[in-house]
Amino acid sequence: MKYLNEFRDGEIAQRMAREICQIATRPWKIMEICGGQTHSIIRNGIDQMLPPGIEMIHGPGCPVCVTPLALIDKALAIAAQPGVIFCSFGDMLRVPGTDADLFQIKGRGGDVRVVYSPLDAVELAIKNPDKQVVFFGVGFETTAPANAMSVHLANRRGLKNFSLLVSHVLVPPAIEAIMSSSENKVQAFLAAGHVCSVMGFWEYPPLADKFEIPIIVTGFEPLDLLDGIRRAVIQLENGQHHVENAYERIVTYAGNLEAQRLLAEVFELTDRSWRGIGVIPESGWRLNDNYRAFDAEERFQISGIHTEESQLCKAGDVLRGAIKPADCPAFGKECTPRHPLGATMVSSEGACAAYFNYGRFLSADELAAAGAVHAR
Amino acid sequence: MPDNSAPDFSSWSCPLPLRDYPTIVMGHGGGGKLGNELVEHLFLPAFRNPALESLGDAAVFELGSGRLAMSTDSFVVQPLFFPGGSIGALAVNGTVNDLAVSGAEPKFLTASFILEEGFPLAQLAAVVNAMAEAAAQAGVRIVTGDTKVVERGHGDGCYINTAGIGVLRPGINVGPNRAHVGDVVLVSGSIGDHGMAIMSVREGLEFESQIRSDCAALNGLIANVLDAVGPAVHTMRDPTRGGLASTLNEIASASNVGIQIDEASLPVRSEVHSACELLGLDPVYVANEGKAVFFVEAQSADRALQVLRAHPLGQEAAHIGVVTSQHPRMLVARTALGANRVIATQIGEQLPRIC
Repeated sequence: MKYLNEFRDGEIAQRMAREICQIATRPWKIMEICGGQTHSIIRNGIDQMLPPGIEMIHGPGCPVCVTPLALIDKALAIAAQPGVIFCSFGDMLRVPGTDADLFQIKGRGGDVRVVYSPLDAVELAIKNPDKQVVFFGVGFETTAPANAMSVHLANRRGLKNFSLLVSHVLVPPAIEAIMSSSENKVQAFLAAGHVCSVMGFWEYPPLADKFEIPIIVTGFEPLDLLDGIRRAVIQLENGQHHVENAYERIVTYAGNLEAQRLLAEVFELTDRSWRGIGVIPESGWRLNDNYRAFDAEERFQISGIHTEESQLCKAGDVLRGAIKPADCPAFGKECTPRHPLGATMVSSEGACAAYFNYGRFLSADELAAAGAVHAR
Repeated sequence: MPDNSAPDFSSWSCPLPLRDYPTIVMGHGGGGKLGNELVEHLFLPAFRNPALESLGDAAVFELGSGRLAMSTDSFVVQPLFFPGGSIGALAVNGTVNDLAVSGAEPKFLTASFILEEGFPLAQLAAVVNAMAEAAAQAGVRIVTGDTKVVERGHGDGCYINTAGIGVLRPGINVGPNRAHVGDVVLVSGSIGDHGMAIMSVREGLEFESQIRSDCAALNGLIANVLDAVGPAVHTMRDPTRGGLASTLNEIASASNVGIQIDEASLPVRSEVHSACELLGLDPVYVANEGKAVFFVEAQSADRALQVLRAHPLGQEAAHIGVVTSQHPRMLVARTALGANRVIATQIGEQLPRIC
């Protein structure tokens, strides 16, 4: 099994979609937490296969999207400093700060590099002892172990020129915040499979009980998503609310204990500001006292940053699931992937970009008409 | 795994008197003796042909009658040598292919080098030999050229510009604005090979099997198609930067038609597919350097496909879609699940995702 096409089988997908149609007797609103799931749903057209009453609400699980503007501006200020090599995953480069993005900082002479792992940044620090190497460590629980490993290694090697600009956020507090909101519409969650591969899913049963919601640990391939949705609908129809694992080939209840030990060694809980949502208590990780010396915010002491969000951008409402991207007045007009007003239009995991790139600004009729030619 | 991406320079024997200067110095671009030696001992032996041999300020040649096509392209790829090709092969094939997809028979090329001070002469020789080999395979002649040297730190080793001239085939009228409703869309083989080959070398990514660039001259393949079904071919393009998606979007816009493709029919090698999955990239946006797309009248499409598959460079050719009057100027793909999605033009480079 190569895990490339096995979970993309069109016939099985159609069969599962039919099954969901048969089970569903009422409309339900299900939130997929993770931006990777949003991407896959829209790219494969899974939402087009569901019965009309089953609505997918796109959750806040896009690290690029929820990283606060103030931190982006701080990254830009650090990256612009001489003697700094600023390393980041690729899709952070086009996220607009208040005045610029990392691509523009690079164009103005900043040494900004795309890396595929924070460990590559540690290597750069070893090779460039006269430079300060900073890695932009954002993301959910999924990316945290590699970031933790980078400071762990930097510490063991006694590196004085490596630091992490860190803004980790966590899924369970986000679920808590969404469910506690007075305007919440979500009735079930697809938990993010990759987050659970690290953390397991022992954190979720208390949430399922407290808010009486089904939570299904779900993968990213079309059949994974359809299975997650199917299980959520079965629970909803039967009035059940427990945690199920629909991603058993990757996720265990306990998760990756080695990774969790490393995370506990390096990070501590902190309040985090989520872009478009606001501050959620104890919703993120920062470096703890033992590793504070590797915190880029401590090392660079950037101050006097004036951040300003676009007045037009409704990314916050999109991230909370209050509106669909196309409901934003700026969508596809002032705000496009070319001129994004907010991060949700930048990252391919962002709901706005997913809608724009995959043409969800077309009416359903237009897309259906497109299908008629294929059926030739 | 043996690394066959870079040539072995250890056995390279330098023709006298280049041996005195193992690396490029400013004087090689100065128009004096050093520059002349480069021409005499490197470029001339590699590219030798009557038009070049006169070493005049301009190449003089006969082209016969008919309409001409002309194209130019600059090449700045890093690394200079990669699995399946090199900057030299790209510089020849890129311009040859631009002429060929315009319906022209490529004839003559120019070659202009911008070299960085300190660039190893052995590497330049390997680049030049790769160009000579590619030109011989494509049946074109490199008839004039130029060399400039920039100071160390002002270039990236070696940049190449080529321009080419070709003779349009009589009776052929192709263009990006000529795709008709009802045309069938064919692609000559697997997509995304070149871009992923470069990316895997550049980023030091290793996969079970090495991904090789598809870098190749397409004039022979295209000539076969035109010989067989010439007037039925309305549009040909080589989907280079921006990949298949950008090329098809350009054609949809230029011809004011809709294009529909079937995702399941796109030929993608499994190693390219894996690499794209790993990096969060979509092969439809990844560059090709040895593929062409054809828009062909429906009744000639099967014949065209047959001819493509009979050529060594077209064995994996596929029927990938059709031209429709619906959704003009848009590219719509039918997903493997039977849903539809719009494939838009990419803004810039594809960026690897966080997770």
